[in-house]
Amino acid sequence: MRFVDEFRDPELAEVLGRQITSLCEPGRHYKIMEVCGGHTHTIYRYGVQDHLPENIELVHGPGCPVCVIPMGRVDDGIAIAERDGVILTCFGDMMRVPGGRGSFLEANARGADIRMVYSPLDALRIARDNPDREVVFYAIGFETTAPSTALTILRAAKEGIENFSVFCSHVTIIPAIKAILDSPDLRLDAFIGPGHVSTVIGCRPYEWIPRDFGMPLVCAGFEPLDLLQSVYMIMKQFSEGRAEVENQYSRVVAYDGNPVALRVLADVFALRPFFEWRGLGSIAHSALQLSPRYAQYDAELRYELPGVRVADPKACQCGEVLKGVLKPWECKVFGTACTPETPIGTCMVSSEGACAAYYNYGQYAKQRLNLEVLR
Amino acid sequence: MCLAIPGQLVEFLPGNADQLALVDVVGVKRKINIGLMDDVKLEIGDYVLIHVGFAMSKVDEKEAAEALSMLELMGQAFTDELQAVAESSIE
Amino acid sequence: RDERITMAHGAGGKASRALVEGLVVPLLANPALELLSDAGLVTVGGARLAVSTDAFVVRPIRFPGGSIGELAVNGTVNDLAVSGARPLALSAALVLEEGLAADVLEAEITAMAAAATAADVPVVTGDTKVVERGKCDSMYVVTTGVGLVDEGVALSPGRVRPGDKVLVSGTVGDHGIAIMLARGDLDIEADVRSDTQPLWSLAAALMAAAGDGLHCMRDATRGGVATVLNEIALGAEVGIVLEESRVPVRPEVVGAGEILGIDPLYVANEGKLVAFVAPEHADAALAAARALPSGRDAAIVGEVREEPPGRVLGRTAFGGHRLIDMLVGDPLPRIC
Repeated sequence: MRFVDEFRDPELAEVLGRQITSLCEPGRHYKIMEVCGGHTHTIYRYGVQDHLPENIELVHGPGCPVCVIPMGRVDDGIAIAERDGVILTCFGDMMRVPGGRGSFLEANARGADIRMVYSPLDALRIARDNPDREVVFYAIGFETTAPSTALTILRAAKEGIENFSVFCSHVTIIPAIKAILDSPDLRLDAFIGPGHVSTVIGCRPYEWIPRDFGMPLVCAGFEPLDLLQSVYMIMKQFSEGRAEVENQYSRVVAYDGNPVALRVLADVFALRPFFEWRGLGSIAHSALQLSPRYAQYDAELRYELPGVRVADPKACQCGEVLKGVLKPWECKVFGTACTPETPIGTCMVSSEGACAAYYNYGQYAKQRLNLEVLR
Repeated sequence: MCLAIPGQLVEFLPGNADQLALVDVVGVKRKINIGLMDDVKLEIGDYVLIHVGFAMSKVDEKEAAEALSMLELMGQAFTDELQAVAESSIE
Repeated sequence: RDERITMAHGAGGKASRALVEGLVVPLLANPALELLSDAGLVTVGGARLAVSTDAFVVRPIRFPGGSIGELAVNGTVNDLAVSGARPLALSAALVLEEGLAADVLEAEITAMAAAATAADVPVVTGDTKVVERGKCDSMYVVTTGVGLVDEGVALSPGRVRPGDKVLVSGTVGDHGIAIMLARGDLDIEADVRSDTQPLWSLAAALMAAAGDGLHCMRDATRGGVATVLNEIALGAEVGIVLEESRVPVRPEVVGAGEILGIDPLYVANEGKLVAFVAPEHADAALAAARALPSGRDAAIVGEVREEPPGRVLGRTAFGGHRLIDMLVGDPLPRIC
């Protein structure tokens, strides 16, 4: 696959790994947070950690749109789905996220009609094909995914499709990074910046991080070589005493982002005064809602919802894991009450989540010797 | 946080206020919406980044080639270096 | 214990395992069942008979590369084949939806007949029931098969040893992706066809080529090759290392997997088996497989090790390692 396979070349990975090691100051420990869940997935899918020296620690950030959805909003989705005549549509990732009353999969088992779609336009097609049903799109995702929801709403308006609405849980990345940096108990050295969010917002919105916190940030692509090259660029900044925003993913990300997407976002959405992030608490201006101009497509206005705030299970420490303060296996219920089959926290549900990744792979990364048998 | 992959533009499709195009990803074809790229001149054969059925941006082939050559150069420099070390012998 | 059955319980992953091991097996407890292999073995007058049954609820019932009738025959034939049993006879029970068009039914019975002839096994008995419109989706088929396990054939996870080679009989993920695309709701077109085919001749060829060196075979259906490897790793308490770059996958299946965010290792096959062969017999087994059309893309994709017990480790094409766990349910398309 063009633009993919070339960035998965193992020989170049070996070389990059050695170059990175040569830039490490002996005895210094580097904590680099990869904000985006997609990066977390690549790190585990390709074993990127194996190419990095021991003193570089990759810490997983809050960039997984499924992990941050609070349980109360899953229950709101189920409440909508259980109204008769409603078809709820959502991305595959959402189907197994546990709410206060179970997941969407379990709601289906009780008779709800919740269908998985690949694109919000597929949800609109279901609405067009089922005029007698009320179709609701359960929208999640960061600034990468929000423009596609916006265009879908504009298309519904243009075609005059009435039986379609959006339950919007789109979130924005900058306030989440700010919340992480503001949390006292965290010591980070640098960021691997989001890749696909940056195709929309560009790299400029991250400039306050090196300016105010002296931390390098490199926007990275999603192939393993992209990540290794980004770590290399970060280490180069350390060795040259620089702290800047750099764009490794320049083949796709323009420094100023996608103007059309930004215009569509500004037209269709408005900032929510505050939004509760699972594990990070309530963060101001960190999520989107439909602007009043498109109120007739807002499922939160169309249906009255329990809107109950469901506290995370007391034992769940997803918040600390999301902020990189705790390692997944340091969470009290990791691997015992909370496992991929019986997930308590969303970090264990999503394949992007740090806990699911550590539960599967982490146990062996820790016993490096064990892996020697494979060399 | 957002799975997106490069696909090659194969055909512009009528309808949908001509925001529709067909892309090919290793032999797999899918209709996608190119509404988010109104301000970009797209041609058949261009590569675009696809996320949940929408083209997000055009893949800049020059940038991709540059990034790769930089890596390969680094690789070459490193192998030259290793070779130099291997050949040098200090009596 | 889950309160209710969900779609995940039918996907062949951890949820299915928990259902079978946690609820079904304890209640029906008997040694043959507890082996949880593809077929149950029963001894009748010194001869070992293998019995296997499978329900087919695929939707749509016709898809590129096959249909539910053909699938129903091959599925059970393959369960017998990987247990080392020569298929002798099949039964087929049909559940038909009220209002199903006669010519649709006729086409499926014709497909079943053709598949039975291709697999050289007769359908000797059956049953037909009709349910009210909407209570089933067109038609479901349950097939049961009986096969004879020849003398000296001993295949089971217990015989798998460290050092054994892991052989996959062809490209992975074809069936699952073909069905996902055929459903049409993903609006993706690609030339991906189901790989449904009978595997008895392939299994017989492997047994002949590797003899006692052939330790175990498994039908890599729901949950794909990754699930089969996990079942064997757990069953034999061995580690399995998979060289991902050696696993044969069609480009279109890679492309569809990349778009949907699905790993072909977890996608269902309907005409592929995984064999565990002693190292000294591996080349002979590979050559025997590749000599047949159903095995022409066969490849040695990994090795059994002592460590880490009960786990499957993937050496990624990128040179790193990752753990290949069993999925809980179906591999669902994801956005992140």
